[in-house]
Formats: sequence, structure tokens, C-alpha cells
Amino acid sequence: MNERKIYPTYFAGGALLLYIVFYVIPGIMGICYSFTDWSVYSSEINFVGFDNFIKAFSSDYNYTKYLTNTLEFTIITTVLKNLLGLVLALILTKRVRLLNFHRAVMYIPSVLSALIVGMIFRSILNPKVGLLNVGLRAIGLDSLALPWLTDSKIAFNSVMAVDIWKGMGYIMTIFIAGIMSVSPVYFEAADIDGANAWQRFRYILLPMLSPTIAVTTVLNVIYGLKVFDMVYSLTNGGPGFATEVLYTGVYKEFGLGRYAMGTTLSSIMFIFMLLIGYFMIKLLTRNEEALA
Amino acid sequence: MKSKKNLGMVGVNALAWLLSLLLLAPLVLILFNSVKTSQAASDMSLQLPLDGLHFENYLVVIEKGKLGITFLNSLLYSCGSVILCMILSAMTAYVLSRNRSRLHRFLYMFIVLGITMPINFVALMKVMQLTQLQNTRIGMILLYSAIQLPFNVFLIYSFVSKIPKDIDEAAVIDGCQPVRLFFSVMFPLLKPVLVTVMVLTFLNTWNEFVLPLYFLGSSTFWPMNLAVYNFFGMYATNWNLVCADIVLTCLPVVLVYLLGQKYIVAGMTAGAVKG
Repeated sequence: MNERKIYPTYFAGGALLLYIVFYVIPGIMGICYSFTDWSVYSSEINFVGFDNFIKAFSSDYNYTKYLTNTLEFTIITTVLKNLLGLVLALILTKRVRLLNFHRAVMYIPSVLSALIVGMIFRSILNPKVGLLNVGLRAIGLDSLALPWLTDSKIAFNSVMAVDIWKGMGYIMTIFIAGIMSVSPVYFEAADIDGANAWQRFRYILLPMLSPTIAVTTVLNVIYGLKVFDMVYSLTNGGPGFATEVLYTGVYKEFGLGRYAMGTTLSSIMFIFMLLIGYFMIKLLTRNEEALA
Repeated sequence: MKSKKNLGMVGVNALAWLLSLLLLAPLVLILFNSVKTSQAASDMSLQLPLDGLHFENYLVVIEKGKLGITFLNSLLYSCGSVILCMILSAMTAYVLSRNRSRLHRFLYMFIVLGITMPINFVALMKVMQLTQLQNTRIGMILLYSAIQLPFNVFLIYSFVSKIPKDIDEAAVIDGCQPVRLFFSVMFPLLKPVLVTVMVLTFLNTWNEFVLPLYFLGSSTFWPMNLAVYNFFGMYATNWNLVCADIVLTCLPVVLVYLLGQKYIVAGMTAGAVKG
């Protein structure tokens, strides 16, 4: 049969058109614009070479802080979400009562808008009347009742903690599916050989879960590098520049009308993602290769 | 030995409850405070609303927060992008999965790479201006669809490859044309994955606010969550109203989640677990 006739390529046209117009063209245009001085202040656009990129990596500006914060956010949330997600999944694959209730509850924060979660936690983390500090004081831990979002030393940690609170249920759900797909035969064999709980986990479950861990890591990294919502609604980059990440930086430059700088920061991410994105996608689609 | 095991089970159950409470507490906090008076809600405590349930907060918020129009906006954006995404990504995933020529394999990689790629919002503004789509509802729907197409194509693609090709062949022998083959034969077979696409696209669009933040200057086009954020800025001292607004904004999401839980999990775990 003639496959080209039955499965006409134009079927993909609509999606390709939208994708190219709103995704690919802005990406490429953005790279071009990052070599200019495009801004709201002048209708003229001049070529300035690598000036913007030099600025982005120069120590005279705060932009390097945006980049290092983004990387820090990505690494820490990825590790902790994986770790906590795995622990939650291990607990919720035991014979716990109301198992489905617990699983559903853990997942709920993932379906809420980050903007709203941020607003809720701005109340909870309020230094004076916030639920967290009131609770800490009530059990006598006054010294731990810190100004979570307003102290520049701990604000970024608070942002990451809230993001982990919101996202760990999602990772847990993936791990639960991963754990359930491991055949119980392996554990039975291990039991016969006298393996203890730790050995069963370390030598059977963990190796069997490694493809799942790879996927959750990819998902967390993609999310972490692009994070904006959570930071925007919790601290909007403040206090000072303490919690500024790349995308809040882009939005700020956009707001100030410094379009060229905004698009430069975006392009740095674009190029970085282009380099690692291919490998991440290969990893996500590896099952399909086997099916083809 | 047995009692030790029982003790372990009690511990695990207790731990599960503790964790669930940790996740529920913030949500209960919002629910409680949404029915308190402004004064009782000012300290945002977990105390039960003792002085009666002030449901009138909700009415106040619907009026002051312009929730009617923003709800309709959110609904329009979500439903619009659900329909567009479902049809476009199904058609794309179908042809790219069925005919794996070099061109098609390249196109698939090209689209799916969009899952990782960041959007350049600043340059996108230029595109929106050139296409005259800035500050329009149709522009928002197109944008929401565009950013979700890569993941949806990825989701449907692997589902298509599990449907035997014999079905297509039988239909073609019976004289079925490509368009009819897709819409009458393939589309119904894709129902399970399309429901997943529907639920996920709806939730993501409902929760997304970065695109409106950049491209909708006029508040009459705002979706619900951007309006709630703005309301929060104006009425920061009236936590009871802010909470009521939050509850109303989250309600559709939680409802869709509870109804479509099965499909969400199916979508979220697709590709993550060897199936």
C-alpha cells in the first residue's frame, strides 16, 4: 500500500504551522535580536555584536546571579523531588489504609496553579502571623520562626521548599507506577535468599527503577530551568536579587523595555536547551524506538 | 515477629496521615478563612470559623473581582485550546507514527523537541504584533495550543503505534479515503489517550498565566488566575475575600482533577515507565 497516500503529510501541517510560528520563529528571531540594542526607547535597532552576551556574563551586573540561581534551583529541586517522591512512593505502595485517598491528596498541589500556591504560601510564611511561625512558636521553637521570604539569606531556600511541596506528588505518582511495574517474582526470590528490606531496595528495586529515575530527572530539569511562576508569585525575585531566576529576569527586562537584554537571557537558555534537550528527548522517547 | 510487623504498619499509616495533613493543611486554611469575617481572617489561622459561615464573601468577590467575565475567559481559553490541541496533535501524531519515512521521523523529533525548548517571550511579542494577535482572545487560544502541542503529540504518538495497522488497511480496501480513515476509524480508537489530552490541556491552560501576563494588557481578556492575583494586590488586607477568590478559581481545577484522575495519571506516567 502507498503509505504516502494513506497518511498524507499535510495532516501534520496545522500543528507544524502553529509550532513554527509561535515557537521556532520567536526562538530564532530572539537569537538575532540579542545581537542588537532593541529597546522600547528607540525605534532604531542597531547591531551591537556580542555586547549583550558579555553583559550577561560580566560581574558588573546581576545577570550571572540569575543564571547561577536557576542552576541551583534546578539541581536542588531535582534531587529533593526525586528523593522525597521516591520515599512517598515507597510508603504509598505498602498496605496503607485509604491508599487511594492518600495518593490523591499528595497529587492535589500539582494540579493547582503555581500562582495560587505562591499566594497561599505568602500567607503561611508571613513572619508575624503566618501559620508556620505561629505553629513553631506554639511548640516552643521560637528560634526557628524565621522571616522566611524576606530574609535574603533564606528566601531562596523557602521558594525551593514551596516548589518541592507542590511538585513532589507528581514525581511520586510516576514512581508509584514504576514500582508497581516491577514483577513481585524478584522480591520473592530475594526473600528465599534471605535478603533484608534494605538489600531488596538497594539491589532489586533501585536498579529496576533506574529508567523511571532518568525520566523524572529529565522532567524536573526541564521544569527547573524554566521556572517562573513560583518565584514570581512568592518573591518576584526579591528581596534585592536574592531569588531572581532567569525567567523572572527576562520578565523584568521586558517590563523595563530593555528587550534586547531580555531576549539575550532567553537565548542563552535556548542554546543551552538545544544542546541538552536532544539527549533528554531521546531518553523520553526511547520506549517508542523499541515499539517501532 | 507478628507484633513487630503490626507496629510497623501502624507507623506507616501514621506517617501517611502526617504527610497527607502536611499537604492538606494549606488548602484547609484557605477554605476556613474564605468563610470568616475580614477581622477573623486577618491572622490567617487554622481556627474553625466559629462566628458563623460568611458565604456572602463569595458574592462580594464575584462582583468585586469580576469573576463572571474572567471565568468565561478562562473557560474559553481552556476549551478552545483543548479542541484545537486534540484535533491538531492527533492528526500530526497519527501520520508521523504511521509512516516513518526519514522526513516524518525528523518532523517528529523537531516537534517533540519543543517539550524542552524555552519560549522566547520577548521575541514572541514581536510575532504577536506582526500577526495582529496581541491582546486578542483568539491569539491566546492559538498560543496556548502551540505551547502544548509538543507534549500532546508525544503522548498520542506512542498510543497510535500500539493500534494495529491492519485496521487502516481493511478500511482502505473498503474504499476509505485518508480524511475519513482518520476521523471515522482512527479518532474513535484514540479515545482513551484523547481524554488524557483533554484533561491535561484543560488543567494546564486553566493554570497558566505567563502568556496573559505578557500579551494581555487589557483586563477584560484576563483569565481567572491573573484576576485573582490582581485582586490579591488590591485587597491584601481582606484575606477572607482573597481566600474566597482562591477557592472559586481552584474549584474547576479540583473538579476536573477528581473526575479525570485516572486519565491524568495515565498521561503523567506515559513514557516514564516501560509499558
